[in-house]
Amino acid sequence: MKKVLMGNFAASHGVRLARAQVISAYPITPQTHVVEELSAMVARGDLRAKFIKVESEHSALACCIAASVMGARAFTATSSHGLLLMHELLHWASGGRLPIVMVAVNRAIAPGWNIWNEQTDTLSQRDTGWIQLYCASNQEILDTVIQAFKLAELVKIPVMVIYDAFIMSHTYEPVDIPDPDPVDAFLPPLNNPEALRIGDSRSFGSVTNPDFHLEFRMKLHEATRQVPEVFGKVEEDYEDKVGRRYGILEPYQCEDAELIMIAAGSLAGPTRMVVDDLRRKGIRAGRIKLKMFRPFPAKRLREILKPAEKVLVLDRNLSPGTGGIFAHEVRAALRADPRPVWGFVAGLGGRDITPELITSMFFDAMGSPLPPSDTIFKGVRL
Amino acid sequence: MIEPTYTIEESSEFLYPGHLACQGCGATIAIRYVLKALGKNTVVVIPACCWSIIAGLFPHSCLDVPVIHTAFETAAVAATGARAALDIQGKEEVNVLAWAGDGGTFDIGFQALSGAAERNENILYCCYDNEAYMNTGIQRSSATPVGAWTTTTPKGGLEDRPKKDIGRIMAAHGIPYVATANVAFPDDLYRKAKKAAGIKGMKFIHILSPCPTGWRIPSSESIEVARLATLSNLFPLYEIEKGTRLTINYFPSRKVPVTRYLESQARFRLMDPTAKQQVQRNVDAAWKRLLKEAEKA
Repeated sequence: MKKVLMGNFAASHGVRLARAQVISAYPITPQTHVVEELSAMVARGDLRAKFIKVESEHSALACCIAASVMGARAFTATSSHGLLLMHELLHWASGGRLPIVMVAVNRAIAPGWNIWNEQTDTLSQRDTGWIQLYCASNQEILDTVIQAFKLAELVKIPVMVIYDAFIMSHTYEPVDIPDPDPVDAFLPPLNNPEALRIGDSRSFGSVTNPDFHLEFRMKLHEATRQVPEVFGKVEEDYEDKVGRRYGILEPYQCEDAELIMIAAGSLAGPTRMVVDDLRRKGIRAGRIKLKMFRPFPAKRLREILKPAEKVLVLDRNLSPGTGGIFAHEVRAALRADPRPVWGFVAGLGGRDITPELITSMFFDAMGSPLPPSDTIFKGVRL
Repeated sequence: MIEPTYTIEESSEFLYPGHLACQGCGATIAIRYVLKALGKNTVVVIPACCWSIIAGLFPHSCLDVPVIHTAFETAAVAATGARAALDIQGKEEVNVLAWAGDGGTFDIGFQALSGAAERNENILYCCYDNEAYMNTGIQRSSATPVGAWTTTTPKGGLEDRPKKDIGRIMAAHGIPYVATANVAFPDDLYRKAKKAAGIKGMKFIHILSPCPTGWRIPSSESIEVARLATLSNLFPLYEIEKGTRLTINYFPSRKVPVTRYLESQARFRLMDPTAKQQVQRNVDAAWKRLLKEAEKA
């Protein structure tokens, strides 16, 4: 069924179709619609779940963690400060190998208070052990939420489904809502043999001394390394049953591109437009939409980047003193086959990134053999 | 003494030998009786506290029930999550027990506890109160009584501040059941845990649990010292049902002066006689208030 939905409602429908059993959340702009709609779905009887509006985001994730330990399919949603408050528990969820799914809407972090789009909130959680999937359309949000549960339950690692504040969360687009049957065939009820059960006196999270801790973390690392491959199979299965797939990286016009720009989230659209425009001018430009950030799909990225003489990274985030976080990862991925990388930082705190601004980035890269510095701020008004 | 009016089932033992508690640990005695009352159909949620260690190092556990260890500030909400999962799985009859120390209850876990109480979650929350951060080596918590030495109150604590009245605070949430208990009165503790298990909604039991290490007492005296707390009316045993109906469960037949309790523990050795008299006055006033409330109820 086709409906015109805002990104947040697309996420709610994904959670409904995935038949999440325990949903716990705390309101924060611009995520709030996701759980408002879910609470309405539960109240209407469209979703059989426990909906618990707790007293903080920290508690929201703690609630999901315990529910997941007991074998329930658990979901939460947050943004910005809420995600930062959850930081401690992000580690609990991944370290505990719990298949929790979270929607994280990218919003800037105070001070000063800023509810608009920026990706620093999720990117600063990169070492927490969560899988991170960035979406570029409302359809992709819905599909990715469903896929995320399957992926999380296969690899036993929690997944963050991420999209941009307002540009996606509050923007209406036509979305195809799949029927429950194919989704049920794709995602059967959760049966986690490692869940705690009454009558079986095992513990979750007891003290692990130096004899065990290293191995637990190594296993998490190894399982995370398998994620790109497993996600490929998940997407194949989803395409088979529901009819859509996206890929961990989506190349556009990259086969012969001399200049390739990498961007995540809603920037996939305008960057594609700019590439078309540049191609019309005879410039061999391409772009990669980055969907999976954790684990970082370095191998696939290197394959796509092969023809590029210059790599451009568009970061709507900042690690102060280091620069754009995506650029940092791209440089690390290219260490064996180094290319000049232009690291552009723009649009922080929701400032528009216009096609003109993106075009100027390509012209910057064309105008000089090497970038003037690791980090180039664009659209600055000083 | 309280006359036992029910039998503690000796056969139901959920605490195995091999736990890692110190000798004379009140918290270990406390969970033993609470689990006897709740039975096998129970899941225990433990935040950071002495019991994170006592339960045993991976892959061992000394409890014959499933245990969820959770972050320091999350006992009440992790219990909420476990409850939600069990309910959606149709296992409403399973008891969910949050088992937290005073730091995890009075301090860092208080927000989540208040949230769970306000929502009237169907869980039993027990705070075993040893009156300081004992697991990290005796630092003051907001459950530490006035005059007590800790490593962060080297001169014997703050001036005449009353201990946070956690039982009344929980009762003010209007939850179905609040009680105090003391490991020196195991029959009373057992009865209260059993009663709590039969009530739907949020239940809170505040259990005085001596810590010989932190209270600076010989481990053989922990029950004796804990008993003095109730015999002197410093830690009265009561229940509050539905936020208002207060019942005092124990009236000492002969009043013991508070100084006997204070002088039984080296943690109070820095208190001067004036400060001790002040504690006596505070205890007398609190007991009077309690009697009045019980009368009204």
